[in-house]
Amino acid sequence: MPDPPLPVHEGVSMTAAEITNIVMMQGFAGLSLFSVLLLMGLGLAIIFGQMGVINMAHGEFMTIGAYTIFLCSSLTQTYAPSFMPYYFFVAIVTAFILAFAFGWLAEWALIRHLYRRPLDTLLATWGLSLGMQQAFRSTFGAKEVSPTLPEWLLGSWMPHEGLDIPINGLFVMGLTLLVTGGVFLMLYRSRWGLRVRATVANRTMANAIGINTRKTDRMTFAIGCGIAGVAGAAFTTIGSTGPTSGSLYIVDAFLVVTFGGAASLLGTVASAFGIAQTQSVSEFFMTGSMARVLTLLLIISILMIRPQGLFAAKVRR
Amino acid sequence: MSAAMRRLESTPFSLALFDRKENLMSRRNRPETPDTEVLSSDALTRRRIAMGLAAAPFAAAVPNLSFAADHPTAKVNTTGLAVTDKEVIVGQLHSATGTMAISETGSIQAERLAIEQINAMGGVLGRQIKIIQEDGQSDWPTFAEKAKKLLVNDKVAAVFGCWTSASRKAVLPVFEKENGMLYYPTFYEGLEQSKNVIYTGQEATQQIIYGLDWVAKEKGAKSFFLIGSDYIWPRTSNKIARKHIENFQKAKVVGEEYYPLGHTNFNSLINKIKVAKPDCVYAIVVGGSNVAFYKQMKAAGITADKQLLLTISVTEDELLGIGGENCNGFYACMKYFQSLDNANNKKFVDAFKAKYGAKAVIGDVTQAAYLGPWLWKATVEKAGSFDIDKVAAASPGIEFKGAPEGYVKIHENHHLWSKARIGQIQTDGQFKMIAESADLIEPNPFPKGYQ
Repeated sequence: MPDPPLPVHEGVSMTAAEITNIVMMQGFAGLSLFSVLLLMGLGLAIIFGQMGVINMAHGEFMTIGAYTIFLCSSLTQTYAPSFMPYYFFVAIVTAFILAFAFGWLAEWALIRHLYRRPLDTLLATWGLSLGMQQAFRSTFGAKEVSPTLPEWLLGSWMPHEGLDIPINGLFVMGLTLLVTGGVFLMLYRSRWGLRVRATVANRTMANAIGINTRKTDRMTFAIGCGIAGVAGAAFTTIGSTGPTSGSLYIVDAFLVVTFGGAASLLGTVASAFGIAQTQSVSEFFMTGSMARVLTLLLIISILMIRPQGLFAAKVRR
Repeated sequence: MSAAMRRLESTPFSLALFDRKENLMSRRNRPETPDTEVLSSDALTRRRIAMGLAAAPFAAAVPNLSFAADHPTAKVNTTGLAVTDKEVIVGQLHSATGTMAISETGSIQAERLAIEQINAMGGVLGRQIKIIQEDGQSDWPTFAEKAKKLLVNDKVAAVFGCWTSASRKAVLPVFEKENGMLYYPTFYEGLEQSKNVIYTGQEATQQIIYGLDWVAKEKGAKSFFLIGSDYIWPRTSNKIARKHIENFQKAKVVGEEYYPLGHTNFNSLINKIKVAKPDCVYAIVVGGSNVAFYKQMKAAGITADKQLLLTISVTEDELLGIGGENCNGFYACMKYFQSLDNANNKKFVDAFKAKYGAKAVIGDVTQAAYLGPWLWKATVEKAGSFDIDKVAAASPGIEFKGAPEGYVKIHENHHLWSKARIGQIQTDGQFKMIAESADLIEPNPFPKGYQ
């Protein structure tokens, strides 16, 4: 590979065009982080927000999605190399289905016994997450793996010289829009959504009018997990795939949901946006660790003033 | 891979314990007469078969009993270590579980391979090496606790272990207090030296200075952007790098940035690099962050044809996760690459793949871990004793000509003389060696002018 010509240095001087480019790329970085945070928070928001279950294994359901991509990419590479450019879409759907199935199973085996003890779900799902991590380690090995991504997902889109827009960022953004739109439609325009909202508002009453709340719970939990799987699948384009990759995301996911206010999807969106912009802008002007401190400090102070989060559902308890 | 892992996790404990018990019993019951030699050899063979000693590639060498007889246990072990006439017990202390398992698995495998090969050659002073493996669980207090267990309860003759600096710092007081011997495989930040530790990886100056001089000389780099994960090793290494760049190369550092471990979003950082336009990006990002960093660099259009990048934290192991296509063309400064072309390395890579599968990769630290048991064997044989004090005293000057990286020698300060090499990342996840230092580089854990 030939080496790049080195730029000439006369101090850092930038033209107006360069500054515009940086501003635009920085703006995109913020939006990209926003979609990442939203995508990882969404599944959790449904489970934690709607059901009150603290799902510590959320990250591991994301890892299921990531490993699904890895499996699909290896299989495609071995058996149908010509299908490589397109496998990613199939793989994402598979990731949803697999994570959905595991979520369904976890609810049936574990969570449903703990609805009356919400704090215990924290412990139980944490145990579940440790177990899943070890299962990944035993199945796929302790080392990280790298799924082969289709060519079109790599690299950047360059509208003009000096402006690079990451394609994987665009992809995650598009997927986030799609999933968020889907969740909103499901929650507010479908029978399932109606049943979920009724159950959240008043479980006993919902039961009394003939809603099968057990079934609703299971479905909700499984859909939340399925969305986590999709998030994990999407993150293979920007992050790592290993047994403990999920733990990289879990803190941020909880941050987004808690800050946004449980039980409010709109809050999740707003909080993901707020956190992403604060983080991304402050990262540009100070060191990474300090930017993190600043973001967390801001969140803590806002939560002290508004313990219920940005948006709280107005439900009569 | 998974089969290898399972094997790794299921064998060590029970067998080692069982064997040890049997051995202690036979030792107690044995009359002190020479004609038991036949018997013990028989018992040994049985045990070897029972163990399965997966040394398939190596001819089952006849244990050199007369050699052992030349070194009676009472003479080679005056401090009550777990050494008998037929075997010696060593400890292995790595994280087989937890986040660090990603990195430490390679070290576990390499040490086991070395010990197996040594046993097939007749062992150390005629004694077969037995391993007691403990799991540090990626948790530093656990490392200290298990180190104490290995030294106090098991009385192991040596410990091969640790990976992160944090775990080494946690066990160091234990090794110094209980007088144990630790062979530590990872390249690290330096500023440490102990009678009880042999550092088989590079200390910071061995890895940093050569690499920086190389990019300055060969690529004409005059401005640097330093990046690291936010903990002791990257920070200390970058401190040394900055001193070298500013004071010795008279070049410029145009940025220095740290991100928390596990950070996965580097877009803002990448924009800062674009603003600063450094000749060379000097990256010490570790763990899952590494993968995110390189994937996002590629996505933002920072590739090798536009930007020079030198790292000291990416080995073949990391490339498994990052994917060679995401960072091909960038450079790394290490002392070992799997692709090194020499006879020792060829043998080592073949043996490693025969044992752990054709897909197994070997990074710098894995090779350094492989050196540990061999250096210990050579030291014990030079000292004619397993006693820790004698081994520590005999260590300086010990050389290992069969090292896959070439030739290494232990320095007075218990670090290794070794070469530094520059490799270029290839799409298949391997390195192509571009340059290597002419001579072995002297380890200097307390560099003057760099503090």
